[in-house]
Amino acid sequence: MCSLCGVLGGDEHWADAVPRPGVFTRNASPIERRRERANRVRVANRALARFGLSLSDWQGTSFLLSTRTGKTEIIPDLGHLWPAAEQLTGRICDPLAPDMIDRLERGDD
Amino acid sequence: MTEASPRFTPVTLLTGFLGSGKTTLLRRLLSDPALSRTAVLINEFGEVGLDHHLVERIDETVVLLRSGCLCCTVRGELARAIRDLHSRRERGSVPAFERVVVESSGLADPFPILSTLKADPVLRHHFRAGAVITTVDAVNGFSQLGFHPESIRQAAAADRLVLTKTDLADDGAITLLLAQIRRINPDAPVIRASETDFDAGALLNPGRTVSDFQARPIEDAPHGQRIRSFVLTVDEPIDWTAFGIWLTMLLNRHGDKVLRVKGILNLSGEATPVAIHGVQRLVHNPVHMNGWPDSDHRSRIVFIVDGLDQDLIRRSLAAFNGLGTPAAERA
Repeated sequence: MCSLCGVLGGDEHWADAVPRPGVFTRNASPIERRRERANRVRVANRALARFGLSLSDWQGTSFLLSTRTGKTEIIPDLGHLWPAAEQLTGRICDPLAPDMIDRLERGDD
Repeated sequence: MTEASPRFTPVTLLTGFLGSGKTTLLRRLLSDPALSRTAVLINEFGEVGLDHHLVERIDETVVLLRSGCLCCTVRGELARAIRDLHSRRERGSVPAFERVVVESSGLADPFPILSTLKADPVLRHHFRAGAVITTVDAVNGFSQLGFHPESIRQAAAADRLVLTKTDLADDGAITLLLAQIRRINPDAPVIRASETDFDAGALLNPGRTVSDFQARPIEDAPHGQRIRSFVLTVDEPIDWTAFGIWLTMLLNRHGDKVLRVKGILNLSGEATPVAIHGVQRLVHNPVHMNGWPDSDHRSRIVFIVDGLDQDLIRRSLAAFNGLGTPAAERA
């Protein structure tokens, strides 16, 4: 999605770069790509747990972001994760919120 | 594409506040024979464009984007103009240029311009962001940086800063201005336009090379100053997946306050470092570097922020980095 105007399909997210010379990506081989997607789901779920959200892979092409009541949104990449999380929960997801950092530092995730 | 055309044509953004010497610098760059194969797009805020006459090179690879500011009203026009140049180059109706220079209007915010290049589905397959060059006026720069947020954003986004009109300013004023610039953008090389050995080619070369990255110690900003820069040095290897989740979360909430993020990362599982580079919410594709620039193999990330707390950013990054460690290893 375009980071300025919100038009869909306009952007390549930097964390999912298409393999090409000089660019760092974990999309270079199918196995590496699947491993990274699985890892992303695992790590994201630890961050999302405090907002009552969970992420799962959907067909290896997108992700499903769901609330505990089943409200679900399909997101194509990391660029959409946090705007969708805020929309689904109606809460601000701020990595600089001191209480969030405290809990992460204590390992309360 | 013709044989002489590069696979990804670099697009250099030449920016700087009103009257800071952008067009003079552009004219000087274009007079260098080594830069003859350069297409130029000039944007002026006023109704009547003059700058394209001032560059003294009128041909079909000089395009004027008039009546509006590039970062807002004529952003679509920028994409169309570059696509048109590309199309004409493919058809052989314009000389095969190997770089594009966009001169923005003096009030433009660099972020939307860079974002346009990345977002356009045609442009992103044929062009890449080159260096951002920002001119700063040695006479008026200090007050402009103090009073005009556009000026700060332009300086913060720069890969190279060119200090103009140094012959008109006294040494004391230049020293003050340089200190101000260093607080806003600590790692971009500052070049004086008056230098006789001014290397136009080096200035236009695409930025973000290993040698560019110098995480210098940064002076503390005076109390009350909102714009500040700092370097985060991380001893532990960084988990790429956790870093991606953290940075996207940070930029989603605070992107307009992260004027610049730039760094080299020591990633878990990677033998060589990875460079990252972003301006506000726009992050360029990470670059896999061939090696470390020096013997220090710790991750170093330069942040230029507007009012964000350095310590919270440091703690937040460290806390998120811990999320990458599998549960079995944490126990």
